[in-house]
Order: sequence, then structure tokens, then C-alpha cells
Amino acid sequence: MTEERKVLLEVENLKKYFAVKTGGFKKNYVQAVESANFKIYKGETLGLVGESGCGKTTLGRTVIRLHEPTSGKIIYDGKPIYDSEKHIAENMLPYRRKMQIIFQDPSASLDPRMTVGEIIGEAIDIHKLCPNKKDRTDRIRELLSEVGLNTEHANRFPHEFSGGQQQRVGIARALAVNPEFIVCDEPISALDVSIQSQVVNMLEDLQTEKGLTYLFIAHDISVVRHISDRIGVMYLGCMVELADSYELCSNPIHPYTKTLLSAVPLPDPVKSRARDRIILEGDIPSPINPPSGCRFHTRCPYATERCKQEMPVLKEYAPKHFAACHLLEQ
Amino acid sequence: MMEDNKKLIEIKDLKVSFFTPAGEVKAVDGISYELGYNEVMGVVGESGSGKSVEAYSIIGLLQNPGKVIGGSITFEGEDLLAYTPEQMRQFRGNKVSMIFQNPMTCLNPVYTIGNQLMEALTVHDSKITKEEARARAIEMLEKVGINNAEKRINQYPHEFSGGMRQRAMIAMALICKPKLLIADEPTTALDVTIQAQILELMKELQKKENTSIIFITHNLGVVAEICDKVSVMYAGRIVEQAKVEDLFYNPQHPYTKGLLASQPRIDEEEPERLIPIEGTPIDLLNPPSGCNFGPRCKDCMKICLTKKPPFADLGDGHISACWLHFKDLKGKKEE
Repeated sequence: MTEERKVLLEVENLKKYFAVKTGGFKKNYVQAVESANFKIYKGETLGLVGESGCGKTTLGRTVIRLHEPTSGKIIYDGKPIYDSEKHIAENMLPYRRKMQIIFQDPSASLDPRMTVGEIIGEAIDIHKLCPNKKDRTDRIRELLSEVGLNTEHANRFPHEFSGGQQQRVGIARALAVNPEFIVCDEPISALDVSIQSQVVNMLEDLQTEKGLTYLFIAHDISVVRHISDRIGVMYLGCMVELADSYELCSNPIHPYTKTLLSAVPLPDPVKSRARDRIILEGDIPSPINPPSGCRFHTRCPYATERCKQEMPVLKEYAPKHFAACHLLEQ
Repeated sequence: MMEDNKKLIEIKDLKVSFFTPAGEVKAVDGISYELGYNEVMGVVGESGSGKSVEAYSIIGLLQNPGKVIGGSITFEGEDLLAYTPEQMRQFRGNKVSMIFQNPMTCLNPVYTIGNQLMEALTVHDSKITKEEARARAIEMLEKVGINNAEKRINQYPHEFSGGMRQRAMIAMALICKPKLLIADEPTTALDVTIQAQILELMKELQKKENTSIIFITHNLGVVAEICDKVSVMYAGRIVEQAKVEDLFYNPQHPYTKGLLASQPRIDEEEPERLIPIEGTPIDLLNPPSGCNFGPRCKDCMKICLTKKPPFADLGDGHISACWLHFKDLKGKKEE
């Protein structure tokens, strides 16, 4: 990464455990995010992929402190907003103006009793962005037209919209405070295929127009590759590989990334039937009781004795190409 | 398909409507196709395109207020729509069976997996003994790749993971050796690595057991992987039908072309801007009088908004319902 690019968000050793109740006095933890280390540069899109239960959504929410981290460090724009060692936990209200989120399920994330205008206006009111009423209405209208909705839609309720339109409302709500950084948590997976590309294009346009920075979370690696500059691959709470998106997809070095890529169905009958697929055995282990050492060793075809005991750390193996695997050291 | 290949199932001009308080919803509006033995057909479409409703009417599971209001379904020469409920019950599970999208909601949580597998056998064969049924169930579980089947057979659905449950569903569907398997989005609820496992398993079993499959999905990648031919549905109608290679390398209908162009591909060189299909799917309560896709079509002509297009036969089983094909023909004649 070139030195002059500004780091907007930096995450160090971020950890998030959820306590779960079990019988007796023993307390168990879902180790949702084990140790996340990454930087997001201003104006870029960092994609996060992984299967369900790998902690990508938890990571996205912990980064903007919708979940309080268990330990670690989050630095936004040079200032620490969370540091477990120095006991820093900033008041998030001023940061909410800069960091926003778009949720996965648009119908569940919009209050059914509020009109679209009220939903978008609420964010404006909380941050006192438009003191006078006319400005506020104008701003809501402006936001609606920015996301491709009609201005008269402000008086309607969420149930009157289709899934794609609801997601546009969700995006308008996130944009209402003029944020710099948006976490897009599976923003298109609940939408129909023909609508998905409309929303992807809109997110790209908004980024160019407003210079936004995205953390784009999705399970569909083809979409993530399309929209992201860099991609991080997660497995069971750990980031296993991080690289430029083209590099990652054409030259993956971690065994899990390789299998993930070979499992993606290709819309091309000859190519998809001719290629060699790596089919993994078994399922993802439980994050309550994750395997020792490298968390992938139970399914990895190349696992050695060392993988069972020692957890690998993310290291740079090629320029800007990071991976966490013992096998690469040899 | 070869001419002398016998047909397993033939659907002609099937119409299914839902009579709702708001009016009639034509969920399936006149679709026809046939499927031979040992063939895998994909049915692709967005939600609400009628792809599941069509499958439910074959197996007789259509729920109120849905009704078949026209057309015919012929399975090995027999008219399925004339079956009595008892005949249908014998037919279902025995000759045709189905796997559903969400394996958790389809397995009964209070019975063991083995119990549910054996039930399928005893219902269709009253002579079978308990021991035989159990042996068959274990054998079937091993076939779908569940290790330690002897022990697993006594477990409950919640003790299985998502991928394992879908395997158990497949075992249950295939245990009576049906001739046709209807798979309704069997991999949509699964992760990609598990999806790859299940697809691999279905391909293998299809070859071994010679079952025909109707594979319903919205994922074009999955279709390319497993199907021999494909029907693309839009708003209750088939818009294009072709062999899998023809559909992907030579799509003819604007909707099919649009779908293929709108999806990012992992194997593209440099990510280009996606070309979306503008607009939203039509409201089935008030369908347009012309082509259902007309309002969203880039190449929409005057006739498209007034008359439904007929199928143009493009040869080798490739058909497409679009007025553009007739425009070309007319142009050629005038030349």
C-alpha cells in the first residue's frame, strides 16, 4: 500500500466473545471474532467474505461498536475510539455521524410504524443537522432522489415498498448524516437477482460521488470481488487471508480460500464441469468449542501436527498479500 | 433430446391461479415442457415467477387458494390431474419425490432421522419388515455420505448440521427409488462449500440411480453445473428453454441475456460495471396485456405492449418467447 494513502480505520487484535448459558456454574463463550487485524484506507472498499457463522457480521458491528468489543483496539481517523488496555471507550455519538451501517434485511431494519420520511429524518434530528423545518424536508427529498426513489415516497410506510426499494430507504437513512465510512452488512443478499445489480451499481456511484469508504460484508465472493479493492477472507472468527481482490481471486495462497473459490458455481457449463473442485469434508466446527491451533485444521487437506497445536498469525507472504497458514512458511 | 427417447413427464399449457381476496393471481400462466428419462432440467426464475408453484402442482401439494385451472400433466402416460387423493398419496414419494429449500422445517423435530426414513418405506410397502426397513435406511444414509450411519439413524434432526440435514432429506426422497425428483432450491440455504458437496452428491446419485431431476433455483451458476436443459421463467411464463450450453453461450430472450449480464463473475478479467435489468417485477394481480417482460425490456417494441409473444423455434429444442425473433424473420422475408 502506498504510504501517502490515509488510514481511516485501524483494528488491532479485536476480539468479541458472546457469553452463552449452559447448565451449572460453567460459563461458555461463543468466540465469534478471535483476533482481527486490518486497516481500511480512505476511499477504498474492503470486502469481507466467509461462510455463515464465521463472524463477519459480528466483526462489522463490533468495528462501529454496535457490539462492545471484548478486547482489542479500534482507531478511527487517528483517534482511538476503543482500547481495552488503556481503558478508552469513547462516547460514540459524534462518531455515529461519521460511521454508519446498512443492514442485511431491509424489512426488519425499518420501523414499520414510521414513515420513510420519519425514518430518515430521525437521524437528522439526533445529530441536529437541520435546525429549520424546511431544510429538513428538502434534505429528506434530496436523499430520496439520491437513492433513486421519488420524493413523495417520504409519506409512505416501509411495507408499501418492494425489497429493493426498502434497501434504498436503508441506504438513504445511512447517508442522512453525511458519513465518511459505511459498513455494508450483506446489503444485497435479501434481494432478487435482477435487483441486486441495481443496488451494487448505486453503491458504487455513491462512493465515487461522496468519496465514501466501505466495509462490504457478503457471503457471495463474486459480488465482493466486483465491488472491493481488497478482500479479507474469514473462517471461524479468524482472518485467514487478506489481499487485493484480483490477486486474491486469481492467486489464492491459503487452503481455505482455494476451496472457497473452487466451490463458487460458475455460470458457464463447460468451464464449471471441466475444473477441478476441492470438495471439503465435513462442516464448520462450533465457535463455542473451536479446534485448537489453526481453526481450519480439522477440514484442511494439508494439515500437519504443528497446525493442531499452534495458531498461525497473519503475515505478508507477497507484497500486500497476507495469509495465516503454517504451510506457507516452509 | 432424441426423438425415440420416451417421455417421463409432459406438461401442456398448465395454468395455476391463486384466488385471493384481492383478485386472481395467475401464478403459472400456460407453461409446457417435457422431460425424458434420466434428464436433469433446471427451472430458473426470480421469486414470484411461479417456479415452485409449478412443481407443487406436479406433486399435488398445491395449497388453498391455489388451483390448477387448465392444461394437463401426464406422467408415464397417466393423467395426474385425474388422480384421486388416495392415488396421489401412493404416487407421491413412490414415483415422484421432492426436496425442499429449508431442511430444518421439513424434518419432524420429535422423530429420529431413522424413524422418518423408515416411515417413507412402510407407507409405500406394507409387506416390508421393520428390520428390512432399517437396513435400507442405513444403506441409504451411507449412500448420501453420512458417516457412522448405524449411530446417526437414532439421532434427531437437531443433532445434524445444515448440510447433513439436507443429505438426510435427499436420502428420504430417494429411498423409494422415485423416477422423478423435484428439488426446490435445495442448496439456497447452504454455504458455498456445503453447496458444492450437495451438488456433487446429487450429480453422483443421479448417475447411479438414473433419476430424472427438476432442479428449481435462482442461481445460474448451479444450473450450469448440474442441468442438461433449462427453462427460464418470468412472471408465470416460460420465456426461454434450451439445452444448457445453448442457453449460456447463445441466450436469445432479453430477460435471459439481462440476467446473465447483470451478475458479477468470479472469472471475469477486470470487473466491469454491471448492466442491471431496470425496473421491478410486475404485479401479478394486474399483469400487462402484452409481454410480461415488456415494461422492463430495453428492446421493447409497440407490439410487445399489446400482445403476448408466441414461442419462436430456434432449432434443437431451443425456444424463446419474444417478438424480436419475429421481427428478424419478417426482415428476412422482405429481403
